[in-house]
This record gives sequence, C-alpha cells and structure tokens, in this order.
Amino acid sequence: MASIEFVRVTKSFEKSSVIDNLNLTIEDGKFTVLVGPSGCGKTTLLRMIAGIGPQSSGEVRIGGKDVSRVPPGKRGVAMVFQNYAIYPTMTVRDNIEFGLKNNRVPKAERTRLVETIGATVGLAGYLDRMPSTLSGGQRQRVALARAMVKEPSVFLMDEPLSNLDAKLRAQMRIELIELHKKLGATFVYVTHDQVEAMSMADTIVLMNEGVIQQEAPPEDVYRDPANLFAAQFIGVPPMNVGELGIDGVRFGFRPESADLAVLSGAERELAAAAAGDPIRPGAGAPKPAGADEARYAFRGRIATREMLGAETLYQVRRDGEPGASFMVKCFADRFAVDQEVELEVPADKLFFFDAAGDRIRRDHPAHDAYVAALCSREPAHA
Amino acid sequence: MPSRGWWPLLRPYVMIAPAMAGIGLFVLYPIFYLIKLSFYKYNLMNKAKSKYIGLDNYHQIFTRGDFYQALGNTALYTVGVVVCTMVLSLLAALWLKRKSRWNRIVQAGIFTPHIVSIVSIALLWMWLMEPNQGLLNYLFKLFGLPPSAWLQSSKTALLSVILVSVWQGIGYYTLIIVAALQSIPPTIYEAAALDNASRTNVFFRITLPLLSPQLFFILVIMTIGSFKVFDTVQVMTGGGPNGATSTIVYYIYQFRTTNIGYSAATGVVLMAIIGLLTFLYFRLLARKVHYQ
Ligand SMILES: Nc1ncnc2c1ncn2[C@@H]1O[C@H](COP(=O)(O)OP(=O)(O)OP(=O)(O)O)[C@@H](O)[C@H]1O
Ligand SMILES: [Mg+2]
Repeated sequence: MASIEFVRVTKSFEKSSVIDNLNLTIEDGKFTVLVGPSGCGKTTLLRMIAGIGPQSSGEVRIGGKDVSRVPPGKRGVAMVFQNYAIYPTMTVRDNIEFGLKNNRVPKAERTRLVETIGATVGLAGYLDRMPSTLSGGQRQRVALARAMVKEPSVFLMDEPLSNLDAKLRAQMRIELIELHKKLGATFVYVTHDQVEAMSMADTIVLMNEGVIQQEAPPEDVYRDPANLFAAQFIGVPPMNVGELGIDGVRFGFRPESADLAVLSGAERELAAAAAGDPIRPGAGAPKPAGADEARYAFRGRIATREMLGAETLYQVRRDGEPGASFMVKCFADRFAVDQEVELEVPADKLFFFDAAGDRIRRDHPAHDAYVAALCSREPAHA
Repeated sequence: MPSRGWWPLLRPYVMIAPAMAGIGLFVLYPIFYLIKLSFYKYNLMNKAKSKYIGLDNYHQIFTRGDFYQALGNTALYTVGVVVCTMVLSLLAALWLKRKSRWNRIVQAGIFTPHIVSIVSIALLWMWLMEPNQGLLNYLFKLFGLPPSAWLQSSKTALLSVILVSVWQGIGYYTLIIVAALQSIPPTIYEAAALDNASRTNVFFRITLPLLSPQLFFILVIMTIGSFKVFDTVQVMTGGGPNGATSTIVYYIYQFRTTNIGYSAATGVVLMAIIGLLTFLYFRLLARKVHYQ
C-alpha cells in the first residue's frame, strides 16, 4: 500500500513560493505521469515525496501515513534524479549495490540482483567501469538501475529517458511499463515528452506554475481538456485557438479535426471580394446552422507545409490579420503552399474557453450560443 | 632569411629559451652549486683555502648525533603538523561548509592568521606561553590544570611549536577544503540519503574520496613545507632548549658561517629526503586519489 497524498502542501524557497496549498492524491500502484512546462515545480513535487526537499507546510502521506518525520532512506522510495546524481567515486556495480548494502541485503542476493538489473538496462559489460568513463545515456541507465534494484514501493523518476536515443528510449519505455506491471509499485514519472506521457500514463497530472491544471487519464486530457492550458499543452502541434469576440470567449480545435478543401475559382473571387469588404452581407455560401451540420469555416492561404511522413502539417493563414492562422494536420498530402483553401471544423470538434481560460463544456447554458455564433461567421471573416 | 629546413625544428627551442634560461640561472645553477659546495671544506674568508674533501661532509653528517636529533625533531614536527592540521581543517571545513553569514565570519576569522607574518605570530604565542605571566598558564590554573613550561622545557617545546604552526595553517587549508566540499553536487548526498546510507558510510564512501585530490595536494605541500620549517623555531626557541626543537633547516642555518660546506651537504640531504617522501606519496597514494 503506497498511495501518495499531498494535503494542503506549500513549498517555498527563501523568497518565492513555488507550490501553494496543493492537494493531490496519487493512487497506489498506478503509473502517474507529471507533465508541465519547465520550472512549474515537478522536481520540487518529487523531492517532497522523497523527503529530500521537505514541504514548508502541509502533509505528505505515503500509504496513508504522514511521512514528514520519516527520513528519505526509510520511506520505501527510490528516485531517478534529473541530473543522474551517480556516485562518481564508485564503480557502476558499487553504485547499484550501495543501497542494497546499506539495507543489509546478503552478498549473494546482492550480486544476483545487480547482475540481472545490469542486464535489463543493458549495462552488463560496464559493471566494473567508473561512471566518468560512461556516456550520458549510460549514466542515466546506471541511475535507473540503482533505483530499480531496490524494488521500492514508490518509484520516482525525473525525466529518466531524456538523454537516450530514440530506439533505446522506446525500449526503456517498454522496459519500464513491464517493470511497473511486475513490481506493482506506485510510479511517479516526470517528463517533457508527450509521447511518453500519453503512452505510459494511467493518469496524467498536468501542472503549471505550481498549480495542478488537470488530473485525468491521457485520453481524457486529450479529448476533454479542463482548460485552455491543458488544451494547448497536450497535443502536437498544440490546439488552434482564436477569439470568438463575445465575452472574451476563445474557441479552439485540434489540428487533426479540421478538413481542408481547395477553393474553386468562383469561390476564390467571392473570398477576395469579401476580404476587401468584410461587412458585405451574403458573401460565400452560408452554411445551414443545424445542430449537427454546423461547421466553423475559415478561408486562407497555405503559408507553410511540413511533410511528417504519414501526415502533413499545413499552416493556413490570412495575411495581415494577426491571430488568423491555424495549423491543420492532414493524412492526405494534396495541397501546396500558396493555395487558397477553406478549412472546416465540425461543431462537435470545437472547444470553448471562457475569459479565465476555463473550459465551457457542452452542458454550459451559453455553449450552444457560442457554437451558433462561430458557425454563422463568414468563412472570410477575421 | 633562415631557410625553411631548420627553422621549424629550432623554433620551439628558441621559444622556450628565455624560460629555460631563468630556470637554469635560478634553479639548476644554485642546486648544482649547492652540491658542489657540499664536497668542499669551504673557507669564507679566503676562497683559495677551500679544499675538495669528497664525501667527508656527508660522512660527518651521518655520524653526528645532533643531525639525527634535528632529523628526528623535524620528522616529529612534520607528522604532528600534517596530521593535526589535516584532521582539524577537515573537521572545521565540514562544520563550515554550509553557506551562512555566521560561517563566513568564522571562516574569515580562522583565515586571518594566514595573512599575519609568522614572526608576529611567533612573538604573540611566546607571550601567551610565558610560564609565569602568560595567558595559557593562567587559563590552566583557572581550570585547575597543572601549568606547563611550554617553550622552556625540552619535553614540551616541540609540541608548543607544532601548536603554533597548526594554529597558523588551519584557516588556509580549511578554505581549500570548504571550496572542495561546496563543489560536490548536493544531489549526490540526496541520492545517498535515499539509499539509506549512514553518516559514516557517506563520509568514507563519498565525501572523503571526492576530497582526495585536495587532501593529497595538502599532504604533499604540507610535508614539504614542514620539513623546511625554520622561522617559528628561529624566533621562538632558537633550536633550544638543549636542541629539543632544532630542525634540519635550523641545523643548516647554524653552520652558515662556521662550515658552509657542511651545511650545503645537509641541504642536499634534506632535498633528497623531501624528494624521496614526495616520490613515495605519489607511488603509494596517487592510485587512491579520485580525480573527476
Ligand atoms: N533550491 C531552490 N531555491 C530557489 N528556488 C528554487 C530551488 N529549486 C527550485 N526552485 C524554483 O522552483 C521552481 C520549480 O522548480 P522545479 O525544479 O521543481 O521545476 P521543474 O518543473 O522540475 O522544471 P524542469 O522541467 O525544468 O526540470 C522554479 O521556478 C525554480 O526556480
Ligand atoms: Mg525538474
């Protein structure tokens, strides 16, 4: 039993308060991924769990017990540090073994454990080397092995794969998922990599400036972001956002939810005329504003095209209008730079956020009005 | 115009020639002159009367009791100063490594003796150690301890000189060790805390090995310096009482006018001893030093 709870936890350094009054429960045995921009307090949070950078006030509980007075070595916690923190004076073997020795694990058992873990992380041939003779990725694996070998009930990892090459990273990702299944321990994993976050997490905890923005399974964070920050942080490229022009409300849609179509000659003329005289009524073909047929439409020029392999990324822009620029992800590579296109987003793929950035969900009284307002806009409207 | 052929070959030698001239003039020449002097019975009044006597001076050195006494004193002094200074400055450094205002004040305080002339320090301590009026004996009496004769007894004189040297040296070496301690990344200690390491384990497995380059440096520098101790002895005891604080350099100094060939030979012996010690240190300890 090793759930982790933060109860009204505040952490401040000399002058600045980094985390203020935070409440969070990390479930026992779950793989929880902490994401957020640099400097938002992810490492600070892990250090409080480990007890090496204790909270200024509030309670941290592991397995329901307040651990404020429990020293780091007795919390059943292992941590992979962001900067590895390998002991430079010990060989790889001694590094991995150090914790076991301190916990009085018998010699034979120790050797067996070190050898198996060493093989798991692919360091079998390096056990008698000094860390200074290893590459960055190898050091990172020493740090991983050192944590893994203790079979802790709480496993804290601070960007443990950041220095590995793509192939090794994919391999270690699987290795870690399997380790999690095998140990059944509580994993708290910090990463900048969205792929890691989405693919490994049971729960994503999204932070910004010390405040938790959303705490949900990966698919929920993606499909149902709690606020503008979550919407723009998760997803590559981030969600497109524009001003609705009512109550400071903003709308957004995912780059992959938009459909692109080339404008025909007649439409192009209409569009040009509309751009010259935006208040002219009746320009463009008005779309029926029916509930499921409603679409948001936008006309512009393809400014850039990025071919990413399976998909292609287009930037659709209307020149001279700041904010009139959206990214679109298509699986078909049918468009060229400088083509005039129309972009359409079905109403059910639109997201709305209020002036404070909070999500306006479908059940919000004003939601349908916002949809109607957006979908009845001229496609050439700013 | 120099031809292309030999100039590139010659250029490095021309470049280092000024430095080599300096070394030759101020290092090698004096050493060879010292060695040459050591083979002579040198007459300072009348150079013409100096005479080559081969290894006689060396023979004399190794058969005279006062040389062995000086050598013994020097060895004792060196061991005492090196061990005490290293242990105490290590302890002081461990205590002062946290960056706080108070620690900086203490550090500046213990560093101060280093910027004061050793002669002033020696005079100050002679006054403190004065058996009848001195502050130290006054304090001893205050705490009910028997007073000590300090510099005036052959039993305690060398110890007193060691005390002064240690007192003077601690600040400087503490500073070096504190700097080394502060350069150890704190996350290493945090990792050790998570590995449930005891304090002694952390000290012997992590801190000490990480300090070893600095400690080794201090060991070598201090051994060499202590073997050459002179000023404290000259000011405080003049080698006395009864030769109890006579050290090798002081011994050399004593023969500066009467028998310069003999003191030159002693100087060569001292050089050989220091060279041998340093060589031994490197052979025996360098492998244990952990360089990053
Ligand atoms: N020892 C410290 N003293 C003062 N401020 C600190 C200290 N450690 C961290 N901070 C501040 O706390 C904030 C959070 O830091 P933290 O290391 O937790 O960020 P992070 O989310 O891990 O960032 P990254 O993704 O870049 O590692 C930062 O603004 C940082 O400047
Ligand atoms: Mg961090």
